[in-house]
Amino acid sequence: MQIFINEQSTQTKTGLGLYELRDSYKANADLLIVNGYPINRDKPLKDGDRVVLISRCEPPTSAELEALMRVRHTPEVHEKIKNSCVGIAGVGGLGSNIAVALTRVGVSKLVVADFDLVEPSNLNRQHYFIDQIGLPKVLALHGILQRINPDIQVETIQEKITPGNLQTYFAAVDVMVEAFDAVDQKTMLISHFLNDCRQIPLVSASGVAGYAPSNSIITRKVSNNLYICGDGVTVAQPGQGLMAPRVGIAAHHQANAVLRLLLGEEPE
Amino acid sequence: MHLCVNGKKKEFPQPLNVEQLLKHLELKPKRVVVELNRDILTADKHADIQLQDGDILELIQFVGGG
Repeated sequence: MQIFINEQSTQTKTGLGLYELRDSYKANADLLIVNGYPINRDKPLKDGDRVVLISRCEPPTSAELEALMRVRHTPEVHEKIKNSCVGIAGVGGLGSNIAVALTRVGVSKLVVADFDLVEPSNLNRQHYFIDQIGLPKVLALHGILQRINPDIQVETIQEKITPGNLQTYFAAVDVMVEAFDAVDQKTMLISHFLNDCRQIPLVSASGVAGYAPSNSIITRKVSNNLYICGDGVTVAQPGQGLMAPRVGIAAHHQANAVLRLLLGEEPE
Repeated sequence: MHLCVNGKKKEFPQPLNVEQLLKHLELKPKRVVVELNRDILTADKHADIQLQDGDILELIQFVGGG
C-alpha cells in the first residue's frame, strides 16, 4: 500500500502497524500523527494514510513543522491560511506584534515596510530585543520571524512608504495592514491604498495608547474594505504613553481581523 | 445645501469643496479620511471636489500611535 511518512509518499506492506512503522523508520519518535491527528496507541495503517513521526528533541523539518501546524489549526483552516500574503506598513508596536502573530498562525508570506531602526525606547512595546538595537526594524523582524518559522517568506522594504511607491510593494497582497505611528502616515496610506488597490481589504488602527480598560479596544468596519481597531480616541500624551499591553491588544485585534478576512469571514 | 455627514443631515448656507467643509467643521485634513458617496478621497483631491446637494460623507477621524 501507499502511505505518506513525514510527507514523503512511501510504498509499504499491507496492514503495517503504526508502532512497527515507527520502530523501523524513526525509533526515537515520541509524537505520532496520523492523518492530521495525534495518536497514542498502536493501530493498523491503511492505504493513503499520512503519518508524521516526530522526535521532540530534534528541530523539525519544514514538512514536519507544517504537519504540526495543520494539527493545531485543523487541516481545512490551515490550508486556507497557508498560501496567503499579508502586507504590513510600519513594524513598530503594532506591526512587529502583528507579524509575529501572523507568522505563528501560518501565513506564508509577509511584505513588511519600515524605514526606522530599532531604538532602546522601542523595547517597551515593540517585538525587538536588546541585541537588535541599531538594526533596521525590517531586518530585525525578519530574523525573529525566521526563528518562529524558517520557511516564512519575508519581503523587507526599508524605506518610507509614499503614495508613489505603495502600489509597487503592496498591490499583490491578500490583506493589507496599516500599522504606522504617525497619524498623517495612517491617513495617507489608507486613502491612497483604498484608491489604488480597491479589491484588497485594509486593517488599520487608531486609539491604542494608555492603559484604559482592555475592552474599550474594538474592531469596526467603517467603509467598504476598511476596518479600524482601537478605541478611536486615545492618543499618546503625558500620563498615557504607548504601552505594551494595550498596543498589543490592538495589534492582535488587527491580526485576528486579518485572519478572519483570510478565512472569508467579516472581522466585525 | 444639504449634506449627510457621518449619518446626520446638515445644512450649509454656502457652496463648499471638501477642503472648505473640513475647515468649517474644524477638522485637520491630516487626521481624517474622507469618504464621499462611498468613494474614498485622497487629500490632494480635497480642494478640487465641489460638494453637491444631497452628498453623503463619512469623515473617518484617526489619532496617532502604534
